[in-house]
Amino acid sequence: MSAEQPIKFYQTGTFTVGNRLLSLEKRTVQASIGRSNALTSGHRACQGCGEALGARYVLDAAMRATKGRLVAVNATGCLEVFSTPYPESAWQVAWLHSLFGNAAAVASGVAAAFRMKGSDVRVLAQGGDGGTMDIGFGCLSGMFERNDDVLYVCYDNEAYMNTGVQRSSATPAGARTSTTPAVGGDPGNGFGTGKNLPVLAMAHGIPYVATASVADLHDLEAKVERAMAVHGARYLHVHVPCPLGWGSDPAKTIQVARLAVESGLFPLFEAEHGDVVRSTPIRRRVAVDSYLRLQTRFAHLLDGSVAGAEAIARIQVIADKNVARYGLAFTETDVELP
Amino acid sequence: MFQVRIHGRGGQGVVTAAELLSVAAFIDGKQAQAFPSFGPERSGAPVAAFCRIDNRTIRLHEPIVEPDAIIIQDTTLLHSVDVFQGLSPRGFVLLNSKKSLDELGLVDLVSRLPHAHARVVDATAAAQKHLGRPLSNVALLGSFAALTGAVRIDSILEAITDRFRGRTREGNAAAARAAYELVTGGAT
Amino acid sequence: MKQIEGSRAIAETVALCRPEVICAYPITPQTHIVEALSEIVKAGELDPCAFINVESEFAALSVAIGASAAGSRAYTATASQGLLYMTEALYNAAGLGLPIVMTLGTRAIGAPINIWNDHSDAMALRDAGWIQLFAESNQEAADLHVTAFRLAEELSVPVMVCVDGFILTHAFEPVDIATQADVDAFLPPFVPREVLDPADPITIGALVGPEAFTEVKVLAHQRMRRAIDRIPALASEFAARFGRTSGALVRSYRTLEADTVVVALGSVSGTIQEVVDAMRDEGQAVGSVSVVTFRPFPFAAVRQALKHALRVVVIEKNLAIGMRGVLAADVREALGVEAPPVHTVIAGLGGRGITSTSLHRVIGEAHTGTLELEHFLDLDRPTVVRATAKELSR
Repeated sequence: MSAEQPIKFYQTGTFTVGNRLLSLEKRTVQASIGRSNALTSGHRACQGCGEALGARYVLDAAMRATKGRLVAVNATGCLEVFSTPYPESAWQVAWLHSLFGNAAAVASGVAAAFRMKGSDVRVLAQGGDGGTMDIGFGCLSGMFERNDDVLYVCYDNEAYMNTGVQRSSATPAGARTSTTPAVGGDPGNGFGTGKNLPVLAMAHGIPYVATASVADLHDLEAKVERAMAVHGARYLHVHVPCPLGWGSDPAKTIQVARLAVESGLFPLFEAEHGDVVRSTPIRRRVAVDSYLRLQTRFAHLLDGSVAGAEAIARIQVIADKNVARYGLAFTETDVELP
Repeated sequence: MFQVRIHGRGGQGVVTAAELLSVAAFIDGKQAQAFPSFGPERSGAPVAAFCRIDNRTIRLHEPIVEPDAIIIQDTTLLHSVDVFQGLSPRGFVLLNSKKSLDELGLVDLVSRLPHAHARVVDATAAAQKHLGRPLSNVALLGSFAALTGAVRIDSILEAITDRFRGRTREGNAAAARAAYELVTGGAT
Repeated sequence: MKQIEGSRAIAETVALCRPEVICAYPITPQTHIVEALSEIVKAGELDPCAFINVESEFAALSVAIGASAAGSRAYTATASQGLLYMTEALYNAAGLGLPIVMTLGTRAIGAPINIWNDHSDAMALRDAGWIQLFAESNQEAADLHVTAFRLAEELSVPVMVCVDGFILTHAFEPVDIATQADVDAFLPPFVPREVLDPADPITIGALVGPEAFTEVKVLAHQRMRRAIDRIPALASEFAARFGRTSGALVRSYRTLEADTVVVALGSVSGTIQEVVDAMRDEGQAVGSVSVVTFRPFPFAAVRQALKHALRVVVIEKNLAIGMRGVLAADVREALGVEAPPVHTVIAGLGGRGITSTSLHRVIGEAHTGTLELEHFLDLDRPTVVRATAKELSR
């Protein structure tokens, strides 16, 4: 008969606290045996895929929030391709894939149909950064503007990964992609380009906009839950590392995601009807280098050159601006006791 | 078959006039087809609309090139558009103007048409008086009924009742009747 | 019976078909249809129905795709550039077997930009997997929508009802609008073949590789071909229920003992019939065939209708640049190796009116053997010659 060994908090640090020391209702959906496993095993994602992780987290949380009364509409992209290799499907949720740029519009149609039938079924649309921010932007804006009852989730891995890592409007400054190669006097993706979709979503004044990361499961699930608690157009932007496209270690996907948050490059916040209402302060701020050096897509900036150093300095400025803009500087009052 | 072409400018209700004419013919128990000279919306630009009236089903879907009657709502078009093109030798011409046929320079044209087939009517004045606006399109249909007999005035009035509401309905009906009487000289 | 605008007749009839989701993006000449439907929905006359103002034609068909996949009867309308803009979605809807019905107000495709009628838009998407029906009159334009929903839902194939832009959409003609009771009796509620349902979740739109793609396409092809049998059957049922004809594979007019037969799509058929009558009065053995179902192409019915023709004149409101006529090519294929001469007469491009005078002349020329195999009706030849010389001299 083995006695229970209490795990001392200080022995392992916060990263292992996870669910076992929490009361049942504070545990994540993933900790529950009863989770829907909306995206189940057998899909063909790469080892360490942040998007597969993000999608599973998001869908299971949404399924719990809606008691399984949910339909998913998926844009073309990695997630759709690796999850539905006919005749197999990894989805255990009613799921529709139409085209690359129309997930938001298709979802609007699904929502309208259920509304006309007097049904309580909710709709979640999902796509990558390319399908959401570029080719899908028109439809997305239309869905926002009409305030259609859809939660749109963007899994942002910062490039068109499924087609070979081409640059999208989500690709960060300086990053190497196959169409912003690290050659010439201005290697990598240009500075001063790109879109900030969460801010664009907020500009539409929709009921709920949030950013989240696969590094913080509790936060991600809470945001999905909060989103599903309201009706109307809602947007969730999830940062998901892509080991293949970023050139990072598949085993370090969560770590990389956490560093993006802790550097300030991926701010975590929530907005309602256009105004930021909550943001997550950064407990231990890290310099952008710690994050960049784990990804070969930034390797050309870390070659010790002057130009490289200047680029990194400019990236640091971006991070600093985010911290200021969203109030991410940690103060004593931000401490939350369990 | 009786074919009508109506000329005016965008915003003067030329298309509506053709449609009402077709509805009136329908009420008369005839077959009718009305259509505009299609184009993008543009106020003030020359516009034409057409109406065919026949006793049997109209299968044609071609432009009207030889109208039996031409209605001109806006005589400023006389200088810029060949409004009389294709007019049948036994055709009718109805113009909305304060001027006479002579003053409009149309004596020659009129002389080639059968007697009493061309008329000028101040439909704008009738519209202003009864409708409160110088929109002559519907009033002219009253004159048209009197001039050509292609459609009954009562059917025109019924078409007006179906199409409009309130003061627009009453005003247009009164204007049409007044314009009708301008041609019949009061005799019905 | 009402004297109303073609667009209005279509809108009222579509409303009777009880669509649950209507999505629309405006484009000439379809605007009056969707405006009328928005009025009908806003006034509560069609309920439950969501009328969604979308931000592009691509979005319009996408919304319809979502709605249809969720089990709602869905409808949209477009024309020309809008049809092209939703091309991806057209193929997608057909591939997914979604029974969406769409009105196409046929209109020329730019450049140069042109808002008037011809059939280039319908022709451009003839291979997308949609059934294409061409209305001859406003009565048929309205009625075909009822048949379209029934056909689409039976076969799981989307249907495009092609209505000549302006010529039919904006013309006031007498139309008998069906009653709700008759439409309900002819068109039962939509029962989807497969549907998005949390209680029975399925995956719609999977990635299909080389090992299965061909078979999926062949099945779609077969489904579309089934329309060849269903359309005449539904036309009979329609006639019995509504007391008038609507829909057919082809419609023959005075082809009995006709040496020269004219073939066309849509509203020009009416004008052609008038010309046929006039020419018959003159003692010329001519007749005409209106192709009502263009896709799937009714090879057997066309071959049958043209069986005794000594020559065929195809009036085409479409020019396949670099090729010639599309309908004529399909007609030649239907007639096979024993085909008589088939003349392609390109007419009415960009809304140029096709007059009975010109038709009379060109049919007469064919009848007397003096018409070229490829002819452009009412072409301003001097201008073309001049402009060509200028181009070549550069």
